[in-house]
Amino acid sequence: MKKFTSVLLAVAMVATMLVGCGAKTEAPAATENAAVEAADGSVFKIGGSGPITGGAAVYGLAVQRGAQIAVEEINAAGGINGYQIDYNFADDEHDAEKAVNGYNTLKDWGMQMFMGTTTSGPCVAVVEKTNEDNMYQITPSGSAVECIKYPNAFRVCFSDPGQGGKSAQYIGENKIASKVAVIYDSSDVYSTGIYQSFKADAANYGVELVAEEAFTADNKTDFTIQLQKAKDAGAELVFLPIYYSEAALILSQANNMGFAPMFFGCDGLDGILSVEDFDTTLAEGVMLLTPFAADAEDEATQSFVSAYQDAFGEIPIQFAADAYDAIYIMKAALENADATPEMSASELCEVMKAAMLEITVDGLTGAGMTWTEDGEVNKEPKAVKIVDGAYTAM
Amino acid sequence: MSSFFSYLINGISLGSIYAIIALGYTMVYGIAKMLNFAHGDVIMVGSYMTFLMASSLGLPPVLAVLIAVVICTTLGITIEKIAYKPLRKAPSLAVLITAIGVSYFLQNAALLIFGANTKMFKSVINLPAIKLANGSINISGETQVTIVACVVIMLALTTFIKKTKAGQAMLAVSEDKGAAELMGVNVNGTISLTFAIGSALAAVAGVLLCSAYPTLTPYTGSMPGIKAFVAAVFGGIGSIPGAFLGGILLGIIENMSKAYISSQLSDAIVFSVLIIVLLVKPTGILGKKIKEKV
Repeated sequence: MKKFTSVLLAVAMVATMLVGCGAKTEAPAATENAAVEAADGSVFKIGGSGPITGGAAVYGLAVQRGAQIAVEEINAAGGINGYQIDYNFADDEHDAEKAVNGYNTLKDWGMQMFMGTTTSGPCVAVVEKTNEDNMYQITPSGSAVECIKYPNAFRVCFSDPGQGGKSAQYIGENKIASKVAVIYDSSDVYSTGIYQSFKADAANYGVELVAEEAFTADNKTDFTIQLQKAKDAGAELVFLPIYYSEAALILSQANNMGFAPMFFGCDGLDGILSVEDFDTTLAEGVMLLTPFAADAEDEATQSFVSAYQDAFGEIPIQFAADAYDAIYIMKAALENADATPEMSASELCEVMKAAMLEITVDGLTGAGMTWTEDGEVNKEPKAVKIVDGAYTAM
Repeated sequence: MSSFFSYLINGISLGSIYAIIALGYTMVYGIAKMLNFAHGDVIMVGSYMTFLMASSLGLPPVLAVLIAVVICTTLGITIEKIAYKPLRKAPSLAVLITAIGVSYFLQNAALLIFGANTKMFKSVINLPAIKLANGSINISGETQVTIVACVVIMLALTTFIKKTKAGQAMLAVSEDKGAAELMGVNVNGTISLTFAIGSALAAVAGVLLCSAYPTLTPYTGSMPGIKAFVAAVFGGIGSIPGAFLGGILLGIIENMSKAYISSQLSDAIVFSVLIIVLLVKPTGILGKKIKEKV
């Protein structure tokens, strides 16, 4: 009888694991967007990647959905050079290994261009693969320098040093604060990158760093010490170049200890208002550097926001706009190069690389965006502030 | 100076949570002579249960915590019956590996059921913060409850073991399982009771942990679990006052090294302290040296 019970349990355990795996491999297929094929049956196959589950899921979902809206618009308007787009998205759970697996799955599906990955860590791993394969890659939001270190890779957002420097510039030039404390994740390439460039540029803009505190991935629940040190150092503003999950904790712990400085973050804080059960009044007044504000009044932003709300029932964050732009940037490059789906991924990559230097794109995240050979984008930074639970342009 | 006291109080609060978890580790080790690595994950289960009861079903916090304690106790006894009891005569390495297996099983089951998304845990503690020294020291309600709960649990456990028959049976089993059985002690029952108490403590620790640091993921329990294991070894594994002392000291060391040395290196420092203590005093601070009979 005992043997029987243990065998039964072992079977149950294996079964649970199999169910787990099954659910994961099904995910990309489920998000597949069945395109209407062109007369000769050929379509452009664009693959995307980002965390749809896990701690950074808010970003991956935004990227997946923002790109989906762009794809649907383009397909409805007749496609690129007369060819429809087929779009597929892989879940990487903000994990480098899973991102590479997802990339391989997308290649098996026939992907010709890669829009990804959403977060920096996985992107640094995947760019090695896309470079080997000579696959065109554009990351909507992977901001680490190494994300686009090869000539086949481009990005829509600012780089980490770009963000850190621009944040220091913004805080200094607008006289927001002069005594600033930084709390960053020393185990994360995104966070460390912004921190280093912020530190390097702060003095140039009259910003004094009074406390520089770190935490690591294994020790990211208790921030009271870091906050206490910032408080003791007399910081007027705490700069948070981190992701929103930890930022939500920092805001609530600062509130508990009665510390109320200004908070300023980068695009990683985008999404803090969507954290389940988070008391959004804590985020009131938080400023973040982001090129997209959903309440902007131009027509392109308005129509994107309403399409996104109709389809997914929430207001899009910057990542969704980045991904939306990424698809339109691909379209512009493909049209500039007069490309067709018959070309191989590697041929497409070659022509698009040349086209990227020639095109100018007016997107949601910036007007007149142009690219340099190193893959970086030229555009102006904007900051938003959280007022009454919504992002408001500053 | 006021920030020193803040660091100290936060350290004691964090240490109290480690201590409550460490009590579970140390009791199970003392009596069943095994390291229950799944202990940290029982904490996570306890937190999820409280979260479900309080946030989703809207039950009052006290009731939610009680239900979580009952579920974790049942879970602890079940794990013991299914995964550890059949291995009672097996080499200790086999039981250790099984415990690691159970730990991964619980984490992945939680991942499957609750998903990997971080949940914001609403604190179940509703006490006003105490402000000292003109408001420069702020002791939150969570900190107060955690420290009090830890002391109460420690005292209750010590009394239970010294004064009750079941407690005496535990002592007997921990000293010599064979002899205790010959004297008419129900060894299996005693071990089950130990797991039940340990898991109930894990549920309490989970609620306190998530109330103080309000995020909840399937991996919430693993790092505190390992730290608490360090605390148990640090204080002398098998000793209840040792686990208490080890937990509190570990919390203080962790926070002080964050505050005065480096916020990055605090984990490295915590584990270095463990290595040094074990080199100097291999049985831990309050551990007893037991001579093996040849």
